[in-house]
Amino acid sequence: MSRSHGLANGRPTSEQVDGRLRVAVVDYGAGNLVSVEQALVAAGAAVTLARVAGDLGGADALVVPGVGAAGPAMARLQRAELIGPILHWIGNGRPYLGICLGLQLLFESSDEDDTSTLGVIPGQVQRLTGAPTLPHTGWNQVSQVREHPLFEGIADGADFYFVHSYAGEPAGGDDRDWKLGVTTHGGSFTSAVAADNVLGVQFHPERSGLDGLRLIANFVGWASHRAHVPALSAAKRA
Amino acid sequence: MLCRRVIPCLDVADGRVVKGTRFIDLVDEGDPADLAARYASEGADEIVLLDIGAAPEGRATTLDLVSRTARRVFIPLTVGGGVRSVAEMREVLRAGADKVSLNTAAVADPALVTRCATRFGRQAVVVAIDARRVHSAALGHAAALASGITNGGETDGRERQHRAPSWEVMVRGGREAAGLDAVAWAERAVNLGAGELLITSIDRDGTRSGYDVALLRAITSCVSVPVIASGGAAGPADLVAAVVEGGADAVLAASIFHRRLHTIAEVKLAMAAAGLPVRLVPEAA
Repeated sequence: MSRSHGLANGRPTSEQVDGRLRVAVVDYGAGNLVSVEQALVAAGAAVTLARVAGDLGGADALVVPGVGAAGPAMARLQRAELIGPILHWIGNGRPYLGICLGLQLLFESSDEDDTSTLGVIPGQVQRLTGAPTLPHTGWNQVSQVREHPLFEGIADGADFYFVHSYAGEPAGGDDRDWKLGVTTHGGSFTSAVAADNVLGVQFHPERSGLDGLRLIANFVGWASHRAHVPALSAAKRA
Repeated sequence: MLCRRVIPCLDVADGRVVKGTRFIDLVDEGDPADLAARYASEGADEIVLLDIGAAPEGRATTLDLVSRTARRVFIPLTVGGGVRSVAEMREVLRAGADKVSLNTAAVADPALVTRCATRFGRQAVVVAIDARRVHSAALGHAAALASGITNGGETDGRERQHRAPSWEVMVRGGREAAGLDAVAWAERAVNLGAGELLITSIDRDGTRSGYDVALLRAITSCVSVPVIASGGAAGPADLVAAVVEGGADAVLAASIFHRRLHTIAEVKLAMAAAGLPVRLVPEAA
């Protein structure tokens, strides 16, 4: 296989599928997608890039990656008419993983650019407080506040790669226990969330060595399980 | 607690990793993707790949190289060399880089730093500064700029020797003075949108005489973004000094790793022994 830069767009081809989890990675022009794709492929998934709503059609799981600012990201998602489809996906109980900005966009709003975001998780994205250096760049420990399949086989306090200046804090009030991991850089902040079908990590598992690859593989395994029991998720919401 | 990073640097020319002394006398050190993969498995926290040829006609080769390297390592990849526009930065990121480092292009067009940071976020923009010490005997324009002295000022030779050292910014692979004070340019680059600084001492580069700790301290004491120390590493003690005395967040080295004089694990164990938080991977533990 000799693909150089960029990835195949649209639905997976028939030979790509063959029983593998089909993951759509939302491409809204926010940086490096190669490493996310590589990590998902290494975990046994078939990956396609989603640039328009139709690209989500053949997918079993959705990954929203991205670095950078919330304002331009929301504007680009809006232009691509992807906001409705993403909210619909999440509302239907289908597997979602947000990475870095893809997690921040789940909150109600971001102080960065004073942007209103997707509103899936009650709470705000705010600049890290008390941080000795910003952006928070480098490897830092993630303390797991409870057990979850996402961290299966990964030591509590394992190092993951971060690069960000803002983070979202679940505000509560929606009867869901979002907080899954916390990290300290000056102050402490939420570095991983999970509730039902929605997972999010503030760090970059696709750039976090073997533990990162393990986390991506855990996501693929978890999503495969959920993708095969759609009726359960739907029933749970009803 | 945020770990201090150890970063092997791959200087690439014509698709091969090379290493010189004070930016000249280049020696072939191997294939970039192979070396990057080796370092990733040995516990590197990040890879910096600098295309030191970076001629416009070589862009396709560079992108292919970035793509090839990014597919083999699951740690962050910073790429520098030849990026002069937002569109070129986008190409490099899409090929698989996580960050792009700007050097000569940022000096020539400081607004480029802001445009790139606005488009991709400041965390993706590294400004690389090649700094050369300005000796008091030949007090240069840069030092005069730094101290605000013009036209003779009120200093004599003796006072100059007592003054804190200063450094000037060099561009075009260290061949040309930019007429800027390195510390002032570092501060300005951060204000323009740089999310990280890569500070190379040209005087120390490839000499294995230790990092220029005074240069690092001068810069880390006036910026809040992470600073990567570069140029002069001879052994683990130098990397420790760059962090402890220089205030660097990350230490970059090339020849000591390429030539297997020291392993990444050795360096990290020395840093851990000095009380610095580091990420010890299974291979390095």
